[in-house]
Amino acid sequence: MADKEEILSGLAEIVEEVAGVAQDDVSTEKSFVDDLDIDSLSMVEIAVQAEDKFGVKIPDDELANLKTVGDAVDYVAANSK
Amino acid sequence: MSNIDVVITGLGATTPLGGDVTSTWDGLIAGRSGVRTIEADWVERFDLPVKIGASLAEEPTETIPRVQARRLDRCEQVALIAARQAWADAGFAEQTDEHTDVEPERLGVSIGSGIGGPVTLLDQDDLLEEHGIRKVSPLTVPMLMPNGPAAHVGIDLKARAGVHSPASACASGAEGIATGFQMIQSGRADVVVAGGAEACIAPITIAGFAQARTVSTRNDDPAHASRPFDTGRDGFVLGEGAGAVVLERADRAAARGARVYARLSGFGITSDAHHITGNHPDGIGQIAAMHHAIRMAGLTASDVGHVNAHATSTVVGDVGEAAAIRKAIGEHAVVTAPKSALGHLVGGAGAVEGIIAILSIYHGLVPATLNLENLDPKVDLDVVSGEARKVELTAAISNSFGFGGHNTALLFTAA
Repeated sequence: MADKEEILSGLAEIVEEVAGVAQDDVSTEKSFVDDLDIDSLSMVEIAVQAEDKFGVKIPDDELANLKTVGDAVDYVAANSK
Repeated sequence: MSNIDVVITGLGATTPLGGDVTSTWDGLIAGRSGVRTIEADWVERFDLPVKIGASLAEEPTETIPRVQARRLDRCEQVALIAARQAWADAGFAEQTDEHTDVEPERLGVSIGSGIGGPVTLLDQDDLLEEHGIRKVSPLTVPMLMPNGPAAHVGIDLKARAGVHSPASACASGAEGIATGFQMIQSGRADVVVAGGAEACIAPITIAGFAQARTVSTRNDDPAHASRPFDTGRDGFVLGEGAGAVVLERADRAAARGARVYARLSGFGITSDAHHITGNHPDGIGQIAAMHHAIRMAGLTASDVGHVNAHATSTVVGDVGEAAAIRKAIGEHAVVTAPKSALGHLVGGAGAVEGIIAILSIYHGLVPATLNLENLDPKVDLDVVSGEARKVELTAAISNSFGFGGHNTALLFTAA
């Protein structure tokens, strides 16, 4: 299982690729929608790429709960194999 | 009919001859061809009989940032580029939440496309077939929908008076401009960004047009493949690009001291009700479209000194249009066929060619039709060839016709 630092940096790479947010701005306290200006369409892309990168499943009802980058890091840490 | 005058205060385009209006116009006047060999591997892979096209001179991604570009089909990208150019050319600043040069509620968009985003559709279908639904982009539908180009321009400019996207195949760009004109004349908007866009040079479109036997197979000589009105013509050359104009209420433009390129004085739109790809043999729809435009402008045929012809370089189409021009306008009109240089931009064609007609009035200069070595005797019109011709023009018509039997004539007059 990847540690949270690695997950955060991997997630930041995905967010930059999909939404053009600089990796340094992708920190745990940030809200995807309110702080990083990521829309629902880009969130789906980010989730699919995160599933591939970290070997997790992110069902839609779980995705809806991942409000902040920190929520996503915690979810991946708890669910990746 | 409304008596609201409509003028053109901004122009934008990205075409096979250049990434903006100036380079496109300069290329036309210099007699350059935008037709090239298609370098993609699929030409050989599918052994396509057509190996030439008029691709963009400048890649859209040189202008549009990477993250925005990945959310836009190429057709949407070119529409946005042309619209932003036209907007800036009209002297307007970027529209933001804090500042708008045109009140959003009085600003409209009308940008047509023939097909929309077929390349997105096919790419995403490939991903679905290969990897299943997870790999299909959530942006698939907004990227392939034919109103996407107009919608993105509307968002970019904060236009809230309505966004239209006429789909009438190769007449879409002209119908986009006509629709914008109507939006202003009916009082719905004071300013409309109008035009058309297309970017669909792909194996399936080339194959489809080739199977319909409508495209040139002069593969060994791309620059001479598109030859409207010439006896050696053998079909059109598929191109890509977009054109946009800023249409503005004349009194509003005058009040802000805007540069006016020309007046949009009328249009005619008719439908052949005859055949899905072939135009009516008697040209009734084309003639009527030109007649309507002239009547709406309050002119007579003798006032129209120039016709920017649809003339795609097909064997049947070009002579049919020539006969329609002779009947509707007469033999006095100076005619040119810009598809000889640009190829056929499909939904972008009517807009880019409208811009060329506007500039012909503005500069008093009509670009030459390339590759006109032997004028088809059945054409019997004064077609400019060799080099551009100086002509003082008070009124010009730009024709655009499309699969489906759509006929649109735009009539521009000197400001």
